[in-house]
Amino acid sequence: MAAATGTRVALRHRLAERGIDRQLLLLGPALLFVVVLFIYPFFYGIGLSFQPAEGGAFAAYRSFFTDAYERDTIATTLWLALPVALLNVGASVPIAYRMRGRFRGKRLLTTVLVVPITLGTVLTAQGLLNFLGPTGWFNRALMTSGVIEEPLRLTHNYWGVFFSLVITGFPFAFLLVLSYLSGIDPTLEKAAATLGAGWAQRFRRITLPLLAPGLATTFCLTFVLAFSVFPSAVLVGDPAGETRVISIAAWHAGYEQYDYSKASAIAVVMGLVELVVIAVVLGWRSLLYTGSTGGKG
Amino acid sequence: MKVAARPAAWIVWGIVGFFFVNLAGLVLSVVVSSFGKSWFDTWLPQGATTQWYGEAWRDFGLLPVLLTTLQVSALVVGLSVLVGVPASYVLARRAFPGRGVLYLLFLLPILMPPITYGIPLATVLYKYGFAGHLSGVVLANLVPSVPFVILTLTPFIEQIDPAIERAARMCGAGTRQVFVRILAPMLVPGILAASVLVLVRTVGMFELTFLTAGPESQTLVVALYNSMSAAGIRAQQSVDAMAVIYTGTMLVLLVVALRIVNPTQLVARVKEEDPT
Repeated sequence: MAAATGTRVALRHRLAERGIDRQLLLLGPALLFVVVLFIYPFFYGIGLSFQPAEGGAFAAYRSFFTDAYERDTIATTLWLALPVALLNVGASVPIAYRMRGRFRGKRLLTTVLVVPITLGTVLTAQGLLNFLGPTGWFNRALMTSGVIEEPLRLTHNYWGVFFSLVITGFPFAFLLVLSYLSGIDPTLEKAAATLGAGWAQRFRRITLPLLAPGLATTFCLTFVLAFSVFPSAVLVGDPAGETRVISIAAWHAGYEQYDYSKASAIAVVMGLVELVVIAVVLGWRSLLYTGSTGGKG
Repeated sequence: MKVAARPAAWIVWGIVGFFFVNLAGLVLSVVVSSFGKSWFDTWLPQGATTQWYGEAWRDFGLLPVLLTTLQVSALVVGLSVLVGVPASYVLARRAFPGRGVLYLLFLLPILMPPITYGIPLATVLYKYGFAGHLSGVVLANLVPSVPFVILTLTPFIEQIDPAIERAARMCGAGTRQVFVRILAPMLVPGILAASVLVLVRTVGMFELTFLTAGPESQTLVVALYNSMSAAGIRAQQSVDAMAVIYTGTMLVLLVVALRIVNPTQLVARVKEEDPT
């Protein structure tokens, strides 16, 4: 008995030395939540995707990949999400570059840039339909000033969804890029300037390499936002054709055809495609530069 | 600053200006439309009225929807803080085997599009009878919220000097006492920041609520989407009015949030936790 208690105590000590003790129990509730509400449903979904009502284990996947109408949703989604994420990140860099220093109205400008986050999909969609529609202010102004004869068709197609994703994604990308950029120590650039480097050289050789990890992360996060587009693809897009994105396909399968197996299969495909893009981006940037960004972060 | 005189700077600010002018036009067009009588092929509607707001409020049953939104958000914020704070404490203070894996596990729900885990989650919740009710909506919204609280709070906890806790322990305080008397008061700003952000996210979270809500448990975003996608049933101006109400609510929340946290700093703090 005494020996048994002895080994138990010793075991507890040995575990404690490696950092395992009762305090880790505080992790319990959070872990339970993630396991019960995320991991379990996730694997349940994967299992479900291999159990279609008929046609063998891979039938749901086969029907997705052999049907061009379904398969093309992957390309449609990528064709929306990749340009949007590139534009949002690309446009954020020069703007954030100008906003690094202190100047009057910086706080106001930051606040104004954050406001689009509050708009929500529906107000954005209604606004796009009102503003860019054939009789909206945008077309009206262009026609009155004589730039165009016929109103431009900018809603209920690819561009409507594109604009809606830029409006909701850009503020987010900008905030991230700005914070990464202000984390880079300005003395590095000053040192380069004293050595005679022009601004282009300084940007290419110093700022850009230091910013690359931040840009990769920002790209991934804005890509995830754009990739999961659903409501705006229905409201300002052309949900049966040009902007039939993959989440619409998943929703159709699950909640209109009640084919949960197929819906799960599409969700799995969607997650995989997204993870591949993220892995490519992160892998590519780790080829370029690995190390700390230096500044306060 | 002398850079402002460069042509590149003018181009950049020009593009920003163009973006804002169009954004303002977009928002204004909805606001104008929500107060307008009938608006066809003219610059402005034919007259001003507030009837659409009244109509939206009555026909649409906006009050119960707002109450549901409030209930869901309050529950999600409360539960995710309750669950997230102890976990972020351990993650911030302790080194133990498997810590990296745990971090990745908490990061995944934020990195995945909500639809991808929302569909299987909704299926599971239907199986156990949660979906279609308030509880299902709350449970689904907790999935990204708990990790979000953890990732936001961990850096806040890291900033607190561990010596303070050690001193308290020297004086005989147990873990519970350290939490309640030492950490909780010092963490109030962090908890507030995390709560407000979770609140904004929950009010705006469309997909998860859409997948799990029943007719009685819709939040404002979902109700709004349903009324807009079922086109023709409701006057467009009435949808505009509801959208204005939604954005007004979100704007108030965001202004409150901005008083507590500096947005750029917050993002930078979250970034530090990113193991990628």
